[in-house]
Parts: sequence; C-alpha cells; structure tokens
Amino acid sequence: MHSIAGEDYFITPAAEKRITELASRYQNEPEQLMNILLDIQKETANSFPRSVAALVSRVTGIPEAKLYGFVSFYSMFSTKPRGRYVVRMCHSAPCHVCGAQGVMEAISKTLGIKPGETTRDGRFTLEYCQCLGVCENAPAIMVNETVYRNLTPGRAATLMEDYQRGDMKEC
Amino acid sequence: MLSETRIVLRNLGRIDPVSVQDYQKQGGYGPLRKALSMKTEEVIAEMKRSGLRGRGGAGFPVWKKWSFTASAQSGQKYVICNADEGEPGTNKDRVILSGDPNSVFEGMAIAAYAVGADRGFLYLRREYPYVAPILDQALENARAEGCLGKNILGSSFSFDIEVISGGGAYVCGEETALIESIEGRRGEPRFKPPYPGVSGLYGRPTVVNNVETLANVPVILQRGGEWFSGIGVPNCTGTKVFTLCGNITQKGVFEYPMGTNLRDIYETHGGVKDNFDLRGFMLGGQSGNLINAGQMDLSMDIDSCQQAESVLGTGTIMVIDDRNDILDIVQNIMSFFIEESCGKCTPCREGNIRILEILRRISGGEGRMEDLTLLEDLAGMMNVACLCGLGQNSSVAVITSLHNFREVYVKAIERGRRA
Amino acid sequence: MIRLTIDGLPVEVEEGSTLMEAAKKLDIHIPTLCFHPDQDVKANCRICLVELEGNKLLVPACSYPAENGMSIRTHSPKVRRARRNILELILARHAQDCLHCDRSGTCELQAVAEEMHFVKIPRYPYVARSDESDNSSPSIVRNAAKCINCGRCEYACSQVQTVHALSKVGRGFEVQFRPAYGRTLAESICVNCGQCVQACPTGALTIRDDTQVVWHAFAVPEKLVVAQVAPAVRITLAEALGEPPGSISTGRMVSAMKRVGFHKVFDTDFTADLTIMEEGTELLGRIKSGGVLPMVTSCCPAWIKFCETFYPDLLPNLSTCKSPQQMFGALLKTYYAEKTGKKPEDILSVSVMPCTAKKFEETRPELGRNGMRDVDAVVTAQELARMIRSAGIRFDTLPDTPFDAPFGLGTGAGEIFGSTGGVMEAALRTVYEVVTGKPLENLDIKAVRGLEGVKEASVEMNGMSVKVAVTNGLSNARKIMDLVRAGKADYHFIEIMACPGGCIGGGGNPIKNNAKMKPRLDAVYRLDRELPLRKSHENPAVKALYEEYLGEPNGHRSHALLHTGYVNRSGLLG
Repeated sequence: MHSIAGEDYFITPAAEKRITELASRYQNEPEQLMNILLDIQKETANSFPRSVAALVSRVTGIPEAKLYGFVSFYSMFSTKPRGRYVVRMCHSAPCHVCGAQGVMEAISKTLGIKPGETTRDGRFTLEYCQCLGVCENAPAIMVNETVYRNLTPGRAATLMEDYQRGDMKEC
Repeated sequence: MLSETRIVLRNLGRIDPVSVQDYQKQGGYGPLRKALSMKTEEVIAEMKRSGLRGRGGAGFPVWKKWSFTASAQSGQKYVICNADEGEPGTNKDRVILSGDPNSVFEGMAIAAYAVGADRGFLYLRREYPYVAPILDQALENARAEGCLGKNILGSSFSFDIEVISGGGAYVCGEETALIESIEGRRGEPRFKPPYPGVSGLYGRPTVVNNVETLANVPVILQRGGEWFSGIGVPNCTGTKVFTLCGNITQKGVFEYPMGTNLRDIYETHGGVKDNFDLRGFMLGGQSGNLINAGQMDLSMDIDSCQQAESVLGTGTIMVIDDRNDILDIVQNIMSFFIEESCGKCTPCREGNIRILEILRRISGGEGRMEDLTLLEDLAGMMNVACLCGLGQNSSVAVITSLHNFREVYVKAIERGRRA
Repeated sequence: MIRLTIDGLPVEVEEGSTLMEAAKKLDIHIPTLCFHPDQDVKANCRICLVELEGNKLLVPACSYPAENGMSIRTHSPKVRRARRNILELILARHAQDCLHCDRSGTCELQAVAEEMHFVKIPRYPYVARSDESDNSSPSIVRNAAKCINCGRCEYACSQVQTVHALSKVGRGFEVQFRPAYGRTLAESICVNCGQCVQACPTGALTIRDDTQVVWHAFAVPEKLVVAQVAPAVRITLAEALGEPPGSISTGRMVSAMKRVGFHKVFDTDFTADLTIMEEGTELLGRIKSGGVLPMVTSCCPAWIKFCETFYPDLLPNLSTCKSPQQMFGALLKTYYAEKTGKKPEDILSVSVMPCTAKKFEETRPELGRNGMRDVDAVVTAQELARMIRSAGIRFDTLPDTPFDAPFGLGTGAGEIFGSTGGVMEAALRTVYEVVTGKPLENLDIKAVRGLEGVKEASVEMNGMSVKVAVTNGLSNARKIMDLVRAGKADYHFIEIMACPGGCIGGGGNPIKNNAKMKPRLDAVYRLDRELPLRKSHENPAVKALYEEYLGEPNGHRSHALLHTGYVNRSGLLG
C-alpha cells in the first residue's frame, strides 16, 4: 500500500528494487530520462516525491535539484502523491466551448473533490489539463492513460461512479 | 460542397497502421528506395521544386531547413519528428500517426538521407500514450522488413528511429524546447540563432519537422515536386490537414488543398450546430487569431492568412457560436498561456498574467477605456519581444479580438461604468 | 572581420561577436539584467533588445551574432517602448522597498530603472512574486520577492560550484530559484559559499547581516570587542567603499575599525602562520608514518561542507587543522583570556571575513567550549564596509594604524592565504626549510599562483619530490576529488578553495566579476613581496606562542585547541 498522506513517501523494498531497476536504464543517456521517470512515477502513487527523487539521484548521478526542476516543469508529473486514478479534465478552448465546465462540475460533485485535490481514500485525484488532442470529440477527459470523449455532465457522472464501484479495469 | 484531396491522409483507413506490408502495397518505401538511388542534393532539389513548407505553424520552406543541416559539417546529425501536437484544437498529427505511421517514418528516413543523419527521434506528446504502442509495433515491423535500421533496403544507408515521450508541456512543440526536453532538461526554448539546423540536439546539426510535413515527403519523392507544386496556391503548395472543432456540426480532421476558402470548409461541414448563430472562428489554435463571422471569405493558406492579419498555423478551425462570450474565450486562452508559459523570458512570464488581469477587470465591469490601450501596448510588445514563438503569439488572440470584436470590449467597459 | 552599423555608426568586429560586443566597441551602452560577463548568455530578461533592420522581432543584443551589413538601432522608439514595457512588468512584481534593501545602490535593477529614467508608477497593480523569505541559513538570505528570474544564482550554484543547491522550480509565472522539495537553504546541500549572492543582480540573495550583534556589544561596558581580520579583507574592503579593485587598505582598515568601536583589532594572518606550522607538521607526519595521503587543506568552510556532503569517504584525507578563523577564536577564549585576565564570556570574538561560509563554520557545535562560541560573530567585508559608512567615517583619508599585539604580526606567508595557491605556497616555504634545513632560495612558487582552476607543482626536498595540486572553484575541486577517489591522484598535498580565485573571490566581498579578480590577486602578492618576513616559521609571535603556551606543533595542547573533526553529511543528499 502506498502511503498517501504526509510529505514523505515510504518506498517499500519491492518498489525500491523496481525503481532502482528502472533508474539504472539511464546509463548517461539524457534522452532516456523522460521515459524512465514517467515509468517510475507509475510505480509510486502517480507522483515523484522527495524520497523517490533521492533514490533516482543516487542511481543515476543526476543531482536531486535537476530532477526536481525537471519534474516540476512537466504537467504529467506531480511532486505530491496522487490518487490511483488521475482524472484530467481538458479545459482548453475547444472543450471549453463545448461545455467542459459542466462536465467538470459533475465529476467534481461525484468524486467530492475540487480540481487539484485527492480523495481521502487516495483513489482519485482531479486535475485540469490542457488539450488532449481529441477536439473532434469534445469535451474529453483522461483517466490515467485512457481518454473518454463526447462527455455530458450525466455521462461523466456515470463514468466516475463506475470507477468508484471498481467496475473499470485499472488503466 | 468540397471533397477532400487526400495526400497526407492517403492511406488512412485503407491499411493496417502497423503493417509495413500493407504500407508497401500502397507504394510505401518506394519513394525511399528512389531517394537512395539519388544524390542527396537531388533529393533536396526535389523538395525545393515541390515548394513544401513546414506544417507545424511557422511555414518555413522544408528544402531550406534540410540544406542548412546537409551543409553543416558534423560526424553526427539528427532528424527529429515533432509530434508534440499541443496546439489546442489540433488533432491531425494524432490521426496521421495512429493511421499511417510508416508515412512519417519514411519521411524521416528520406530527410535523414538528404542531410546525412543516422539517428532519428520521434517526440510524442504524453497526452497520446495510446499512440506509442502503434508506433513501437510499426517501427519493429519496418525494421524487420529492412525499411529502417542498418543498411536500409540493401543500401549502405542506415537510420533508425526512437520514440521519446513528452511530459506534458505545450512549449515543447517549439523546436528548441523540444530538443532541450529530449536532452533530459526542462523544456525551455533556446535563443536563436544558432538554429537547430546547425546546432541542435546535443549541439549537433538537427532537422526538426512536423508530422504532417514529413508525411508529405514520400509522396513528393514518388510523384515529383512539380506535381506537388500544382496543388494548392503558388508559394503555398500541397494540401493542409485541417482540424474542425468547436461548435461546428461535423467535427474532425479533413484534408483540403492550400488556399481553400474558409467559408466553403465551414459550409461543407454543416456550419454551426443546432440553429445557433455563428459568432466567429478561432484559427490556427490558441496562438492563432479570432475573426468574426463576417471575415469568413478567407483563402486558407499561409500567405493569404498572413495578409489578412490572420494565421493558418496548424490548420485548426474552431467554430464559435453565439452561446459563447468572446471575452470569456480570450480569458480561457490567456489562462492556457499562463499555464503553459515556461517562465524563462520576462515578457511572456509576466505579460500573460497581466493580460488576464486586465481582461478580468474589463469583464468584471471595472475596466476603463485606457485598459484597451494598455492591452494593445502590452500585447504588441510581447509580439516582438518574447524569446520564442509561444510568447510572441500568446497575445495574438487579444490583439485580433481587440480588432475584430472591439465592440465586445467597449460594451463591457460601458456596462461597468453605468453600473 | 564583420562590418555593420549601430545607430548609424560603422563598426568592425571579429566573427562570432555579439551585437552587444559590437556596441561596446562604439561605447554604446545597452542595459542588461540577466547578462553576467562570467556566465553563459541566457537572453531571458529581454532588456537588451535592439532593433535589427528588416526584422519584425526585436533581437537580444547579448546573444545575437553580428553579421555583415546589419543595421542596428539601440534606442529607436520601438526598442524604447519594448524595454520600458518589460521593465514595468518586472517592477510591478519586484518588492517595492528599495529604501530599505541591502542592495540599494549596488542593485542592477535599480540602476537600469534609473538609467531608463523610469519614474512613473507601473500601470499594473503590485503583485508579489512570492512572499517567501528564507532566513534559515546562517550565511545567506533568500528573498523571493526580489527575484527577477535571471537564473544567475542557479548558474553559479550548479555550473561554477556544482553544488546544485538551487534549482529552477515550477514553470510560468510561478518559476522560482530555490532548494528542491520545499527545503530551506539551511536544510539543503548549500555549502554557504555565497557565489549566488555574488551573482545576484538584486537583493533576492544577500548576506545574512550580523553587524547588529557587534553594534550591540559596543554599548555593553564589560564587553571587550575583539576582532580578527582575514587576509583578503584588507584587499577588498576599500573596493567595497568605492576604491578600485586591488586597493590595499590594511592600516586604514585598522584605523576605521578602531573608530567604529572595536577594542582590539588582530590579524588573522597570525593564525594563518600558525596553520602552516600545524598543517606542515601534520603533512610531514603523514608522509613519514604512511598516513592518509593526499592530505587536503581544511581552511575553507564551504569546501569542508562540500567534502562532508559529496565525499564523506574522503574525510580522512582532510587535514585536522581548524581554519585560521577558528584557531584564532580558540586562542582568544583561552590563551588571550588567561593572559589578559578577562573572562571568556566577556570577550566578544568577532571575525571579519571575505566569506559567507565562515558564518556557518562559526556555528559548528564542535567549535566552541563550555557552552560558548570561539567566534561569536562573523562580519563580512561587505558588512564591515557598511559599519564604517554608517559610523560616518571617511575612509580614503584615514591614517594607518598597526594591528594590536600580541596577534598583530603576520608574515607574507599568512598574507597570501587570501588567494588561491596561497596556503600551498606558504606551506611549501616552511615544509621545504624544515625538511632540508636549508633556506629556500626563491620564495615565489609561481606554479601554484594564478586564477586557473587546477594547478600542479612538484618540489624536490632532500631527494623526495613532493607533489601538490591547487584548485579553486568547487567544480574544480570535484575534478580533483574524483581522481583521489579513483586512486588516480598521486599528490601529497592538495589545496582546495571553494570560491573562484580563493578568498579574494569569496562571497562576502563586494560584488565581483572576473575582471576584478586580477587586480585583487596582484594586490595579494604585492603585499607578500613588501613584507620583511615571508615564512610562517619565522613569525616571532608564533614562535613565542609555542614556547609560552602551546608547546610543539601537533603537540598535546595544539591538538586540543587547534585541531578538529568532521561529520558525514551525505544524508543531505536525500
């Protein structure tokens, strides 16, 4: 189990082994960094907390400050632990003019959290994001790596309820 | 009613995207074979004849980009495919990559041969994780068939492609920011010159081309630059893959010759939905411009758009109906740029947020007429002073809406004054 | 050669020159903020934009290469409008407190605003960049509200010093330069060298002010306020008070300090000489007994923390000698207190240093006794200059006053501790004579002098060749220590100074750039040349101290007072 609360994320021995394995792919090839860190993040509560940065820094030799600067730049990373499901609501103009705001309100109400928050049980984190590139099917959201299109407030609420019940396979 | 001219989307829906055999049956990798039998300068000359210009937004002639890199002296050169399609309202690269990845690989390989590169990177935005497996499989199949990798098609030319993921940053669509990102750093644009063609990835000469641009390349080699230049309009040849989105009846990705009239595209795809009225268009993505319904007779090509103080950009056509408030849309756009500005240069980092502040003041009924002058002053400065294209164009929506929807601003200010 | 015109004036420059360099040739000044002469060009502040004929976009003069036939305008209406607009944006998010800012008068932003005669109130409401002020560090204060995001601090920290305590965090208007994961400076791997302070154009990074402790002590009748002054301060103090770099002011400095209120003003050169006696003896001992080699100097507290953090496995290589500051402090609170009959707690031991890391060193728990600090306050050259000015003292016309006895006598060997290579040269002068029993003919050991990052030398002594290396700037220290770690460094003795140029380049000095380093360096060796005594072991006061109090170098009492130990700080890495 991931510890969600608190700033320090506890790395289990199994996770440590996995992170070390992934990080050691780096081999001083900077072009591999993004893929590696994204893979690591999947193992660590969808986030890249301090303890993980320290471990990756030890394995790769990349200063922690550089890692932090890197992950704090890209929106796919979070330095705070996130839920098992990261729900991203597109709020770029094409979704915006097609009713994204209403969809966001429905999701927020169903999950009981505001954008930027994580549910208490650590299952869901709700975020705004920019264009998901499926504007022909706006409005759209992305849950982890799955995109849901042509949403209405009603459909979005039902989808979230499916996730809450655990009817959706883990993405 | 228009009908599509499919060059870039030639194989879409007609082949199994990951099957190199399917692609070859449509004539695929024939152009690469042909290129390999030509001198590199002949390949570049063919591109010059075609008149192909970059499809990522800036419209730089492709042959020129290639010849900078071709003439640069270096033991290592790179070709990068920019698949960081972050411009909101633009879906074309996703459609091309997931429907016909080999057309892009082949374009990259031809570019690599022309400039003397042996290593390629395809920088795929992280918002398209489901496209990555398609690319990986297609790459593997292409290698197995000898179309990529060592001694391509039995020649002495070797070239391979790696897929690199983006991390969620619009600015990485800017070529130097993209390069920084591949180098494992924050995706902050570099100052130019030097240009990537001379000093790019790891300081080596690097060609960076957009997905759509590269997908055009095999066809040009196959059918000749001459043929290609007959499509579209003079100085802006070929087709453009447009993304129709917003409040239009038929949304999606469609390919028309450069220079097609906006009104024709709009009407062909059913106009606004559900009996609402058309308010205007957002053209070219968030970094593009807002035009009103009366400005619809516009030839959709790079130069005509520019002359009309508009922009073709990535070919996005976002239709806005009268349920929407232009001031609200402009604020949405500025929020986008505040979120996506890398924060490196002063005008972009500090300017976007001030524009939003002023817009909020105006729409909140606390605006003054001087605010319009301030907006023009600030936005105009950003347009010429920012370090990269993101900053230079982030205020275009404000500038153009002040032009084309001025009454909206004035009304909001007057309403506030009366209250 | 490239020919172009700037503001209608023709100019010729070498290929590869920037527009700014071309303008400089014509004595045309272009304002800058992110530009730093010793760092890579960043082109991010956009203040130096100029108009290039035929170009819609304005171009940054700092990065844009000059090309044949260009026509440039540096103050056209378009340029002026853009610059003023940009400056206005910066000012609207920069703390509005010039009147009570540490950098008032030396701030580059203030200078640009003044130059551009920006006297209106910005059209945008003031929004603080951040209200965060980090006072956690004993050395450096970070005031985020004054940051203009130029990135010069991060360059100094990561490129010049390879410490990587500061990172560029976040993106867009929220970007900050700060330690990772919300750490304060004190919790970070910052080594307190202050090179970020030296690089900062504004008051976003400043030296922690410790002058109040001293002012306060002056008012307490029973307090004896005793100062020691480091060798580099006599070289940089006058510069901080408006004189050219390299102006030596030893005698005037002592006069000024007396007028400010210090009861005794001693010379750290004295304990520099003492350091040589102890460190030289330690080195010879290690060579004779097969101890850990190479031995590495321990005078520089930023280097020590760097070693404790990044090379804890090599701590046995560090000399156990305390730094001259801490030797001085120990002697003040013991020997001097006994000799003068003063209670140690009634002595305020102040050291005047070119260094911000000395403020941290003074707080190390092992460097005190009986609940008291050996050094109670560290005041940098910048702070001393401020004290002198605020006491209303005109510095340039002051008469000379000698240092007080008994710690007022230093040799040329102590004097050169102020620059890179100085400790090494001083040590070699003494070690050579101790080993060979013969006087060293040429006291100038030029191979270890100068501003290069890594210097090497080898000195023959009685058939043994002593190999030494000298580095300055922590990126160079890293190179050498990596060799040591790999077992590829066959040196006997290594001198490491954290700051580029050594202590004369220290973070506590007036704001520097490389152009100021050469005159400062020349001044160091000028002082050495002019002194009658140039070898530490010939310092009569040092000899007397051993006879009267310490016994022998590395003897029992010396060990108790003048030597120390180190801690593994690799935990700071996470």
